[in-house]
Amino acid sequence: MSENDKPRAEWPLWEVFVRARAGLDHKHCGSLHAPDAKMAIQLAREVYTRRQEGCSIWVVPSAQITASDPGDKDMLFDPMEDKVYRHPTFYELPEAVNHM
Amino acid sequence: MYTQAMDLAPKDERKAVRTAGEAELERRFEARIDEGDYVEAKDWMPEHYRRTLVRQISQHAHSEVVGMLPEGNWVTRAPTLKRKCILLAKIQDEGGHGLYLYAAAETLGVSRDGLIDALHAGKAKYSSIFNYPTLNWADIGVIGWLVDGAAIMNQIPLTRCSYAPYARAMIRICREESFHQRQGFDALNVMMREGTEAQRAMVQDAVNRWWWPCLMMFGPPDKDSTHSEQSMRWGIKRIGNDELRQKFVDATAQQARVLGVTLPDPLLKWNEERGHHDFGPIDWAEFWRVVGGNGPCNRERLDARVKAWEDGAWVREAALAHARKQALKGAAA
Amino acid sequence: MTSIALKPSAHVRYVLRLADTCLIHAQRLAEWCGHGPVLEEDIALTNLSLDLLGQARALLSHAAQLDGQGFDEDQLAFLRDEPAYLNLTLVEQPMRRSSAHAPGGDFADTIVRNLLVATWLRLHWQQLLGSRDAGLAAIAGKALKEARYHVEHAADWTVRLGDGTDESARRMTAALARAWPYVGEMFADDALDDAAQAEGLGPRRSALREAWRREIDAVLGAAQLAAPPDSPYLSTGSRGVHSEHMGFILAEMQHLQRAYPGGRW
Repeated sequence: MSENDKPRAEWPLWEVFVRARAGLDHKHCGSLHAPDAKMAIQLAREVYTRRQEGCSIWVVPSAQITASDPGDKDMLFDPMEDKVYRHPTFYELPEAVNHM
Repeated sequence: MYTQAMDLAPKDERKAVRTAGEAELERRFEARIDEGDYVEAKDWMPEHYRRTLVRQISQHAHSEVVGMLPEGNWVTRAPTLKRKCILLAKIQDEGGHGLYLYAAAETLGVSRDGLIDALHAGKAKYSSIFNYPTLNWADIGVIGWLVDGAAIMNQIPLTRCSYAPYARAMIRICREESFHQRQGFDALNVMMREGTEAQRAMVQDAVNRWWWPCLMMFGPPDKDSTHSEQSMRWGIKRIGNDELRQKFVDATAQQARVLGVTLPDPLLKWNEERGHHDFGPIDWAEFWRVVGGNGPCNRERLDARVKAWEDGAWVREAALAHARKQALKGAAA
Repeated sequence: MTSIALKPSAHVRYVLRLADTCLIHAQRLAEWCGHGPVLEEDIALTNLSLDLLGQARALLSHAAQLDGQGFDEDQLAFLRDEPAYLNLTLVEQPMRRSSAHAPGGDFADTIVRNLLVATWLRLHWQQLLGSRDAGLAAIAGKALKEARYHVEHAADWTVRLGDGTDESARRMTAALARAWPYVGEMFADDALDDAAQAEGLGPRRSALREAWRREIDAVLGAAQLAAPPDSPYLSTGSRGVHSEHMGFILAEMQHLQRAYPGGRW
């Protein structure tokens, strides 16, 4: 199955935020690939909390995060809001549900 | 080593004519690095820096994932239930480390699938140590003691790498790594101290086979490493190959004495004047042979990864198809 | 290393049926380590195996204690002869393509196996909370928490694969057909079940059939799959008469202990 035969079927990227203990904030700890939100939570539990108990997990599709531009005003290029990664493509929903 | 990437990188096209603007950005970038400042995913960075990091981080990730295979060989044959659990947990950690590293690499504008394609096509490399076979149970202990021991030495400086997502992944990895070396040493120690004659012979045999490949993990001598300089300036690589290798020999020689095993180097000797152990010459021909694809297990390792990926394609596609169906149902509701 | 033999006790054998099922199921799941369809799932499958190994260890230690000859969990795991293992035949079946001695099996077999076995185990743990054997009840208490997650993981994947692509549905149907002949054994009573019920140790297997079937049908329904017709075949692993796969599993698992008698690990 060469790259030309089938469209890329990559699981979308999710950012994971974990609250280690009650009273603390959720902290960004990394990302993972999952096909849907439920599995993203399950996998986040397996991957990012194997050594901790009693925590809370948030998962957010990476494509849903908007980040400020770190460029300072002396930069020669105009700063602009952009995605959190330089990731070239994110999971694209079919036209019919693209408003999600 | 996992930073073999730096030493083995093809000669990159040094940038052609740079615009005045780019030159200024690069000057400021270098100044920030010199001040010990961190670079984040969205910051401007020289293309050369970005490409070097993608190569370095992804090959580190590939090493973790391929590294699951030689140890995975012995999971179903672990001699006690406790050792089986420990080994499973360790290999699981390695999978997790690969995952953190792929995630860090992805912040630089590549996809994990793309990185995996490069590995499977033989274009991306992984640490040469995993091209050696695990022939007996003691190999598992030796991998923990020596291979993970070498990895830890390399990984701690990386926690201060200038590229912050990589540094953060390394901090997380180092936190989990401590148990890996300890469990390996412990497994060997029990066999040496309390085991049978046959077990002690098994341990010595494993040490004999893994010692020299482990020294090669640190990469070629500094004088032969063409890219180390640039990587050092950029805060990606902080300690030279020779220095790390010497540190490793010094620490391990002492540990070997505690274990009661002989390291297979008749020239290994404490040098009072230098304050370090002298050791014998490394067979660099073997290193280049293995790195070039002609080691004992290169073919098997890659085949196993390709097979797992291809056999799993229908699973990944099905999960995605199901998610899309659910999304459509949700939209229709 | 010479084999060990346990005393012929119905109580011990009842515990071993659960212990050995967990042990051999964990052993098969561990074969996926490093070969999973995606890195995240590799980690998840290993967690399942670790949970089951933990349950097996607790049960084997308990059985050893009941047996009273001073054996430990490892001697029971590694030094019994094949007829002394009392696991369900289902868990011996291959579940990954290219297990060393069995070319059959794929991820669908793993998910189907997990669904059928995890549901069966969870129903056991629930009933065993009230066992007259306090040790067994305590083990069940801890195992129940893990079993709930195992059932959820298996059910979620069953739905994903059953209602995913045409190919995944086809593979799931094939996997169900391969597994179903071994379901009968999960609910067929014998003298051991009678004794267990009489002594208040735990449920007879037949008592779990209805609840199990209801749950499985619900998951399969959500997955657009159907249970195959029941088979007249009755496998006998839980009586110590296994399939051909068991010999290979034990040869691999027991090898080091047998090759290094008196070894310390």
